[in-house]
Amino acid sequence: MERTTIDLWFGAFVLAGFAALLVLALKVGNLGADHANSVYRVEARFDNIGGLKVRAPVRSSGVLVGRVADIRFDNDRFQASVTLALDARYGFPKDTSASILTSGLLGEQYVGLDAGGDEKKLKDGDRITITQSAVVLERLIGQFLFSKAQEDGAKK
Amino acid sequence: MSEENLVEIDAVSFGYDRRPVLEGISMRMPRGKIVAIMGGSGCGKTTLLRLTGGQLRPTRGAVRIAGQVVHELDDEGLYALRRRMSMLFQFGALFTDMSVFDNVAFPLREHADLPEPMVRDLVLMKLEAVGLRGAHALMPSELSGGMARRVALARAVVMDPMLILYDEPFAGLDPIAMSVVGSLIRRLNDALGATSILVTHDVVESLQIVDYLYFVAEGRVVGEGTPEEIRRTTMPVVRQFVHGEIDGPVPFHYPAPGYDADVGLAAAGGAR
Amino acid sequence: MISALRGTLVRIGHNFIENVWRVGAMARFFAMVLLASGTSFRRFRLVMREVYFTGVLSLIIIMVSGLFVGMVLGLQGFETLQKYGAQESIGVLVSLSLVRELGPVVSALLFASRAGSAITAEIGLMKATEQLTAMDMMAVSPTARVIAPRFWAGVISMPMLAALFSAMGVFGGYLVGVVLVGVDNGAFWSQMQAAVDFRYDVMSGVVKSLVFGVAVTVIATFEGFDAPPTAEGVSGATTRTVVSSALTILALDLVLTAFMLRGDH
Repeated sequence: MERTTIDLWFGAFVLAGFAALLVLALKVGNLGADHANSVYRVEARFDNIGGLKVRAPVRSSGVLVGRVADIRFDNDRFQASVTLALDARYGFPKDTSASILTSGLLGEQYVGLDAGGDEKKLKDGDRITITQSAVVLERLIGQFLFSKAQEDGAKK
Repeated sequence: MSEENLVEIDAVSFGYDRRPVLEGISMRMPRGKIVAIMGGSGCGKTTLLRLTGGQLRPTRGAVRIAGQVVHELDDEGLYALRRRMSMLFQFGALFTDMSVFDNVAFPLREHADLPEPMVRDLVLMKLEAVGLRGAHALMPSELSGGMARRVALARAVVMDPMLILYDEPFAGLDPIAMSVVGSLIRRLNDALGATSILVTHDVVESLQIVDYLYFVAEGRVVGEGTPEEIRRTTMPVVRQFVHGEIDGPVPFHYPAPGYDADVGLAAAGGAR
Repeated sequence: MISALRGTLVRIGHNFIENVWRVGAMARFFAMVLLASGTSFRRFRLVMREVYFTGVLSLIIIMVSGLFVGMVLGLQGFETLQKYGAQESIGVLVSLSLVRELGPVVSALLFASRAGSAITAEIGLMKATEQLTAMDMMAVSPTARVIAPRFWAGVISMPMLAALFSAMGVFGGYLVGVVLVGVDNGAFWSQMQAAVDFRYDVMSGVVKSLVFGVAVTVIATFEGFDAPPTAEGVSGATTRTVVSSALTILALDLVLTAFMLRGDH
């Protein structure tokens, strides 16, 4: 009698535990979003990736379409080589451009994709050729000050 | 090693830390007999039992059971030996989270892969032998001290052991429960053809049921004999024990410096 | 004065050596339990029974605490995030803090005080009433029959309880965020899903709770097994279980978090 009650409780407990884990995985986490669906990988080279990190989002028109899978330094070209894992549901033309953007003024950095007009779509292993590097705030300020100084010099 | 002795305790010495408890004790327990080891509290009786059960290792000497030196056995050998012996603890040591039935069934379920109906028959048979078949569904907390001791006895004999060790089986029992337990020890021993070692300080009860007695004091055997011999003996230690005299060879006082010195010192300290 | 100082130093030294000794003894005990685990798997019913006593009976306290912690996180988070107009991120805040840290840590602390202390007291009393010696004399190893099933039950229960705690906490955050203060339902969940990664966040929480489960049950069973067979001995061991479990959980959490964040970048 007692033994069967314990069996029942054990079963219920384990089920509840796995159900909770499932909720965490699907409802809270992104398992449903980008692991369950197949992805394809494309590469993009950037002169400067700023503060981009692995797992940063890849967005197109603001919609999450994939994640940064890998970041490496290409020692032949002295550029950063970023692998993007894109959701197989979304296809992009071959001449799509990738740029590293910042969400908000100080938010985290992500890769933005702007679709081009090519007929052919990007395939697994392809490379995005048109890229725009991250905006480095110091350089921006430096350029601004430099141009300001030039303006002042011209006025005199 | 003679065939008729199941247990031989051979010049065993043992000490906790540096305090010697046993100093060269030798005993013989013949097959089929009940042997009592008697002595005052703290004389090393229980230690002797633990040495026999292999829970402690002697510093010198050896305990032999059926020809095997207990402290030289490895874990497996010791467990194999313990399956053929059992021990009754002072307060029963019943498993408090199991019913009486499950307590008695415990050794069977652990060691023998028997079908449940057979376990049931065996357990009820042993409980019937100790007169507690009707109590099989109770929990240990619902039992009186004497009943708990009898359940523990049923549990101890459920595997039909060749050797049963009793640690103070009469402690804390009323006279009726005491003679019930006493006669059960005798009956079960004879029915199983087992050998029993009884560690106790209850002289009156044990003189009625045992075949042979050893008296232990200060780590040594100070007297031995059959119950008749013991009743007639003139040995002071044994006489003191049998008749319950307060002072004698077993002193009333724990060893201490002279009383006067202690008191005088205290008085001097107070005056200062 | 000097003698008092010396006495203190001697006591500190004694305590230190005593604790080093305990760590060593505990490691040996842990190895012993692992070696004696065969019985637990051959007779899994023993483990299931202990899962009932440690896990199932901790369910209520774990789930209620999880709900409350989640609701408090929701309220506090809303207060702060509102200032930056980022109240939609409330789900992110609640779920990340729960899944990564609070879920495993708080549920392990609750588990230590609810189930750990019970394990210590039970084993300590079994020892004090000679039940463990009796078992040993029946040629049944107490390590295999009593300790190991409790150990494995703790290891199984802990991740389940932590997951339930986190799930209830997220639900509590949802209640406060969406139902009470009116954050948009869609934004709440989508921001959460964009920020919480299954492998890095959820699984690292599960790994943490597994480690905590091992630590708490080893401490609880060891303290019970090692307790002096007296009433004070058992009560002291129970207190020690809760105190040293709590310290161990927090210290291990620091180490594990450092490891996991490093692997992250």
